[in-house]
Amino acid sequence: MSEPVSRKTISVEVNGTTYEREVEARRLLVHYIRDDLDLTGTHVGCDTGNCGACSVIVDGTLLKSCMMLAIQADGASIETVEGLGADGELNPLQQAFGEHHALQCGYCTPGMLMSAKALLDENPEPTEGEIRRAIQGNICRCTGYVNIVEAIAAAAEASP
Amino acid sequence: MLLASVEYARPRSIEEALTLLAANPNGRALAGGQTLVNVMKARIAAPELLVDLNHIPELRGIRETDEGLELGAMVTYTQLARTEEVHRERPILADVAAQIADVQVRNRGTVGGNVCSNDPTNHLPPVLVAVGATMAIAGASGVRLVPAEEFFVGVYLTAVGPGELLTGISVPRRQGGDGFASVTIGRDGTCIANAAASRNGSLRVVLGCVAATPVLIEMPSADEESVRSAVAAAELDPPSDIHAPAAYRRQLAGVLAARAARQASGAA
Repeated sequence: MSEPVSRKTISVEVNGTTYEREVEARRLLVHYIRDDLDLTGTHVGCDTGNCGACSVIVDGTLLKSCMMLAIQADGASIETVEGLGADGELNPLQQAFGEHHALQCGYCTPGMLMSAKALLDENPEPTEGEIRRAIQGNICRCTGYVNIVEAIAAAAEASP
Repeated sequence: MLLASVEYARPRSIEEALTLLAANPNGRALAGGQTLVNVMKARIAAPELLVDLNHIPELRGIRETDEGLELGAMVTYTQLARTEEVHRERPILADVAAQIADVQVRNRGTVGGNVCSNDPTNHLPPVLVAVGATMAIAGASGVRLVPAEEFFVGVYLTAVGPGELLTGISVPRRQGGDGFASVTIGRDGTCIANAAASRNGSLRVVLGCVAATPVLIEMPSADEESVRSAVAAAELDPPSDIHAPAAYRRQLAGVLAARAARQASGAA
């Protein structure tokens, strides 16, 4: 029988590193990632589940981390934007975002990259329409999306 | 945003979830959390205990039976949109699931959460009434079956009572065609008005967003003029809001009923 708890020490793997931290049951996953683990690449935008800036991949599933509790992630494996590049190298998506001017203020970019990653993991050769649908849950107020869509298409082409 | 203090439990079976809910009158079942977590942020809901249904395998599956489809309450929209049995038996469910919100919400949001929140703008309540679904509600005294048309009781209210849990939804095998039409705020956004239709000999049309609960109209005939006049005769009294005044919603109800009926009749 699982007893109700108001706080718990949870074990979560983030970008390959396992962290153990005590969290309150009410803590949102995004705050756990940013404030407890100090992985501030994942952004809080609207905090209402609309903007997608907090998007991360949990056990292979793209989701908005402001609509999940940290305690729900106990035992999960999470990918955040910090996990994309390795050893100071940008991955093809990050590279393409830079080359195609796919960001201005950059606030939406971490979430946009994670949505793009989730798309390409599953569909390495997306059409423009598929790219647009894949980033529907990510709001960018600077770019008008055109360069973001071009960057994702370019990253898809560049990837082996 | 900081939520109000809350306790959390992660049951592994339906019985365990029911025990937890029965012992905590201010407990709430947590499905995908795509509505509940946000209303908790806004302090519109302040449950004392969240009973997380995400680790109960028996709520997760989609089964094809001789009668049709058995959907677990925790089936996600993504799962519904991508499961072959759904495309084969009742493709309208997959089509509608694929137009709810966005990838992230579809990955997490569940069928059970959609119907139990019973927001009048939700997609699935009218669809499930149209196809004649049956809801299985488990409680201390066992499981009771409630037809979809009796399940939706009021705005945010359903037949699921305190200490009970929606565990599954049975959708009968398709007899004729199904249809769904909506006008939304942006592509795949919140519905301003929607209509679902299903043909099983006769034609059923169910209107969403125009009343507290889905409005079922049995159509005497499937031609556009009859559908439109049946909707007009229903004397709908929809709410006005920033997206649409009542008169416009009423107008949309007729238009969308005709579109859904046309699709259900295979003429779309």
